[in-house]
Amino acid sequence: MSVASGQLPAPLLEVQNLRVSLNTTRGPAEALRGVSFSLQRGQTLGLIGESGCGKSITALALMGLLPEGAQVSGTLRLDGRDLLALGEDDWCRLRGNRLAMVFQEPMTALNPLHPIGRQIAEPLRLHKGLDAGAARAEALRLLQRVQLPQAAQRLDAYPHQLSGGQRQRVVIAIALACGPDVLIADEPTTALDVTIQREVLDLIALLVAEDGMALLLISHDLGVMAENVQRMLVMYGGAVVESGPTEAVFARLAHPYTRGLFAARPRLGLPRGHRLATIPGRVPELIDLPAGCGFAERCTLAQPACRSAAPPLLAVAPEHHARCIRLDASLAASLGASPDAALVATVGAL
Amino acid sequence: MSALLQVDGLVKHYRLPRQRLLTAAPLVQALQGVSFSLRAGRSLGVVGESGSGKSTLARLVMALESPTAGSVRLAGRDLHTLDAAALRRARADLQMVFQDPFGSLDPRQTVGRIVAEPLAAQGSTPRAEQLDRAAAMLDAVGLRASDVSKYPHEFSGGQRQRIAIARALVTHPKLIVADEPVSALDVSVQAQVLNLMQDLQDKLGVTYLFISHDLAVVDLVCDELIVLYQGRVVEQGTPEQLFIAAAHPYTRALISAVPRAHPAAQADAARRLRAVVQAAAAAAVAAEAESPSGAGCAFAPRCRWAQPICLQAAPALRPLGDGQAAACHRAEEVLADRHAGAAESASISP
Repeated sequence: MSVASGQLPAPLLEVQNLRVSLNTTRGPAEALRGVSFSLQRGQTLGLIGESGCGKSITALALMGLLPEGAQVSGTLRLDGRDLLALGEDDWCRLRGNRLAMVFQEPMTALNPLHPIGRQIAEPLRLHKGLDAGAARAEALRLLQRVQLPQAAQRLDAYPHQLSGGQRQRVVIAIALACGPDVLIADEPTTALDVTIQREVLDLIALLVAEDGMALLLISHDLGVMAENVQRMLVMYGGAVVESGPTEAVFARLAHPYTRGLFAARPRLGLPRGHRLATIPGRVPELIDLPAGCGFAERCTLAQPACRSAAPPLLAVAPEHHARCIRLDASLAASLGASPDAALVATVGAL
Repeated sequence: MSALLQVDGLVKHYRLPRQRLLTAAPLVQALQGVSFSLRAGRSLGVVGESGSGKSTLARLVMALESPTAGSVRLAGRDLHTLDAAALRRARADLQMVFQDPFGSLDPRQTVGRIVAEPLAAQGSTPRAEQLDRAAAMLDAVGLRASDVSKYPHEFSGGQRQRIAIARALVTHPKLIVADEPVSALDVSVQAQVLNLMQDLQDKLGVTYLFISHDLAVVDLVCDELIVLYQGRVVEQGTPEQLFIAAAHPYTRALISAVPRAHPAAQADAARRLRAVVQAAAAAAVAAEAESPSGAGCAFAPRCRWAQPICLQAAPALRPLGDGQAAACHRAEEVLADRHAGAAESASISP
């Protein structure tokens, strides 16, 4: 598991300055304000942020599933091929075939009226042209691969006959059916219990490692990020505010928002009555985003310059960037509030 | 000091719709004899996975449903034997905060009417005074008194949860049942609401029955915890006891499943990946092979400590000293294995 650097072939997935504007009842809202990243085969990348930060819109843009009337600009390339120029027919050939997605809520992602075997077979028949018998046999193999107990008997089961964790395994089987190059998992475990969450995340990691897929994992949970991805992007207000190798981001917490997110998280081992550090204010609506730094209104380090122009992405270290003009002050503050102090307490407690 | 809330031998069975015309309707044993007591001004956390009976317990404590057997006493009165008028009066002492701040507030009523509704339902407060009390309560939870004339859609998720808390507090209740009160909120907002709930307890002396699947949240807020598994209390104690030296293997499994926000965990996660995934699959198969109606411990099929006796006799909840109790035949051995247990946790935490 090494972080990619230096001379590498053209990335599998390349996103440059992706901008998305959505039509709302109150006029156009800038949902993404220039998101850039790239992903190689076998790499894992995490997207973290709170509701309304643009992480799900990023996933939908990658899948060509943005709502009607969305304005998209920038570059989106898969193996060098420009996806934004594709027509719907071409998208249909890619989706579920080379790009696959695991959704948050398995109950709504599955069709309640069809047996699960048929739902897994559907992409195989559409994209690979398998006949009914071959698709069914392949569906069974996939169900065994995602470790659904008693897979053979369950091919003809309906989604309501399965538990939440089992349903999510079925959704993963559908996503894997055609051997995709990129797997996008949008909050795949938010609807599941912690023990099941761990099983499902471990399963995804195992499958990604076995097949050499690229994984884009979207979550609001810092713990999920820490354990499952090599690199991470922190999003706020439609922009990437910090990006880098997971370990570097956690070690430095360079952006004030990343630091705030970390401090606000309840952790095992805090003393009873401990007051959590809060980020004042609330997540801004995309339509009301200020001209300058989107986080300035909630930031204790903000200066007038923060509000006048959108901050550039500055290098914290090689491969580690943060979008903050008060980077020095922010890094100093993070040193004082190092997560390691809290962490040592947690480890000690266990 | 006597208990404010005394729950004894609570049992609740639900009958499902019958599958075939002539077969008996299947029975779900949601709670199978739950007992605990809670003193005034303290907080009791209820943790467990979905299906463990947490929400059923909340509904029975709120007297929204009748138990199959057992009793719920609030300040000495058995709620389930009161007549309708007496129960209505008793409800002034008993309020609830729900999980979803979007579903639990009527969108067509002003915030003032929503917060004052418990007073209106009690009927003992003059109409003119109701709005004043509502305004004062909004002020106490950090909103503006002038917000009484606004509607719920004008507020964010965290503010709506404050409104729900204001509504719960307006009758000056003794007990508040909070069912996953922060799990629908973003991390930065969740911290604000948790701090508020702690402040209100310090100021007003309310008692919380706090239901959550998030161990870090209950650790922060609660004086005591009970862990539910398939409708039974498998362990109880203080958060420190349970998180440092859990005596039930299920409690240990829950704690070790919490993702840690430290990337060092990632390497360990990868190392144990295959083993964990395979063990989980094997356990799931074993769980289905065992008949669920078996007389033994419900957790035995998933338990690495299980021995023949665990499959034959259900363990009773036994005191282990210092107020800690666990329902496990091998609790002493699990406890004595503290160092091994710590090593086990350490290998998957940073």
